[in-house]
Amino acid sequence: MKTIFYVIQKEFIQVRRNKTMLRMIVMIPLLQMLVLVFAATYDLKNVNIFLVDKDMSSTSRKLASKFEASPFFTINNASFSPEEGEKELLRNADNMVLVIPKGFERKLIRDDKASLQLLVNAIDGQAAQLGYSYAASVIRGFNKNIIAEWKGLPEFNPPFQINAVPRYWYNAELEYKWYMAPGVLAILVTLIGLFLSGMSLVKEKEQGTIEQLNVTPIRKIHFLAGKLIPFIVIALFDLSFGLLIAKIVFNLPIVGSLGLVFGFGILYLIGILGLGLFISTVADTQQQVMFVTYFFMMIFILMGGIFTPVDSMPKWAQLFDEANPVFHFMKVMRMVILKGSDFGDLIHEFFALCILGFTFLSLSVLRYRKTA
Amino acid sequence: MKEKVIEVRNLVKKFGSFVANDHLNFDVYQGEIFGFLGANGAGKTTAMKILCGLSAPTSGEVKVGGFDIYTETEKVKRNIGYMSQKFSLYEDMTIAENIRFFSGIYGISPKERKAKQEILLKNLDIESSKDSLIRSLPLGWKQKLAFSVAIFHDPKIVFLDEPTGGVDPITRRKFWDLIYETADRGITVFVTTHYMDEAEYCNRVSIMNDGRIEALDTPENLKKQYGAKNMDEVFLKIAR
Repeated sequence: MKTIFYVIQKEFIQVRRNKTMLRMIVMIPLLQMLVLVFAATYDLKNVNIFLVDKDMSSTSRKLASKFEASPFFTINNASFSPEEGEKELLRNADNMVLVIPKGFERKLIRDDKASLQLLVNAIDGQAAQLGYSYAASVIRGFNKNIIAEWKGLPEFNPPFQINAVPRYWYNAELEYKWYMAPGVLAILVTLIGLFLSGMSLVKEKEQGTIEQLNVTPIRKIHFLAGKLIPFIVIALFDLSFGLLIAKIVFNLPIVGSLGLVFGFGILYLIGILGLGLFISTVADTQQQVMFVTYFFMMIFILMGGIFTPVDSMPKWAQLFDEANPVFHFMKVMRMVILKGSDFGDLIHEFFALCILGFTFLSLSVLRYRKTA
Repeated sequence: MKEKVIEVRNLVKKFGSFVANDHLNFDVYQGEIFGFLGANGAGKTTAMKILCGLSAPTSGEVKVGGFDIYTETEKVKRNIGYMSQKFSLYEDMTIAENIRFFSGIYGISPKERKAKQEILLKNLDIESSKDSLIRSLPLGWKQKLAFSVAIFHDPKIVFLDEPTGGVDPITRRKFWDLIYETADRGITVFVTTHYMDEAEYCNRVSIMNDGRIEALDTPENLKKQYGAKNMDEVFLKIAR
């Protein structure tokens, strides 16, 4: 058992001597939290509108000023030619073209209805939908105003309607950063854990020290445990560091128990480090490790639900995600930090992470052989 | 006759259809310096890795230090030291840290370690460099140090795989002084080399060619047998 201690000591010495590694351990959490959380936001901030007002009536101008008044829209350009608007869309200068046809006001008065045209740049489908629905609600509001104005009385014979008033639980202000921060933290821990453990064994192979170890009577369980423990400590340090940044910079509310966050963190890291070690046993060079690790990272993270909700993925993808440790851990992080879920709510994730961790770890123990 | 510390009977190692070791038979006795010679690719390193338990043989019987390498691998490992071609201390750790780590793995107590470390540093005359990183040391020092660490736990046998590659003749000579001292302490030295002058220093020498042992005897007898002036000629006659 004492041998584990000597391996741990050796790993820490080597990390301490490695300037690049030290910088990575400090800079990655800092950059990821500050850059990713700020940048990867779905908050709709500014939609540029190209206005084509062919009607030039008081009603059309009122509609335009409605858009101007909204904090989400800016009328960036105006012209009488829809083609010019299209050009702006192509240039990505504007996100939306609003065409008010000639005779809009007249038709509205005479027929009680009129049409508008909205051209939306939908390269980014999500942003397009969001922009459209905001625009639609501006137009709806405008519509109501007109009815009220023209019919005289606001509540005069109102059309029968149900009004749903949403209350947003767990993130009442729909602060997107709060949603992103726990997810980015999960990615951070994954990145650090996977790369550190992936590099560790293959580095010894490249330097030839692995042979020196393999001729010693060290037990491979002790050796692997000694390798893993320092990386768990480092990754947990980064998790705390990241949480601290989130707390200070974004005022992230941590509703649930920190103990639960770190408990699951350890469980999750055992699996991730197991996977890294496994990659390290298979690969011969650090370059190979980089490629394979990168591949896993991409799939795990993109499918893990940081940017796109897993609930709206196809069935097969949701099934795949059961084997995706990032998916489970990200869910745990969001549930505990934002909602204050307790262990009872996380039983499914607990068992999933246990099974994945056991599998990855067993794979690496089986694959690592002292005698080739 | 002295105790046999290595016994090899019909050792075969195949990689696919390539036969790296073709029915090797030899014994090594306690305290001798056994030279393992052969051209590049003759199968020396393969055989040595099998003896160290780094690689499993295809067939044959092998005992090292009195233990079977199939069933008692870990006991074999307690009783051997190994210094590979690739220089293999941790470059980013100091001399003392390397000694502490490898002692720890062999279960040497801190007290014993400190005592032995002092002797080691004194012998190599590097007491003042105890806290220098390995990567900052000259190659000759590194080799001597790697060798000293390989026998730090007093193994029965130490395996040296081309230990003196790339250093000048004087440094090589000094390294062989260390080997002699080690053999005098009763540790068997099993060494592969390309340098034929080094072959002359060995008690017995085996010469491999194409996976087979072609000759095995003292340097004196080999020279007589092949009518050669020195080991260089013996080697050329056999390897051709």
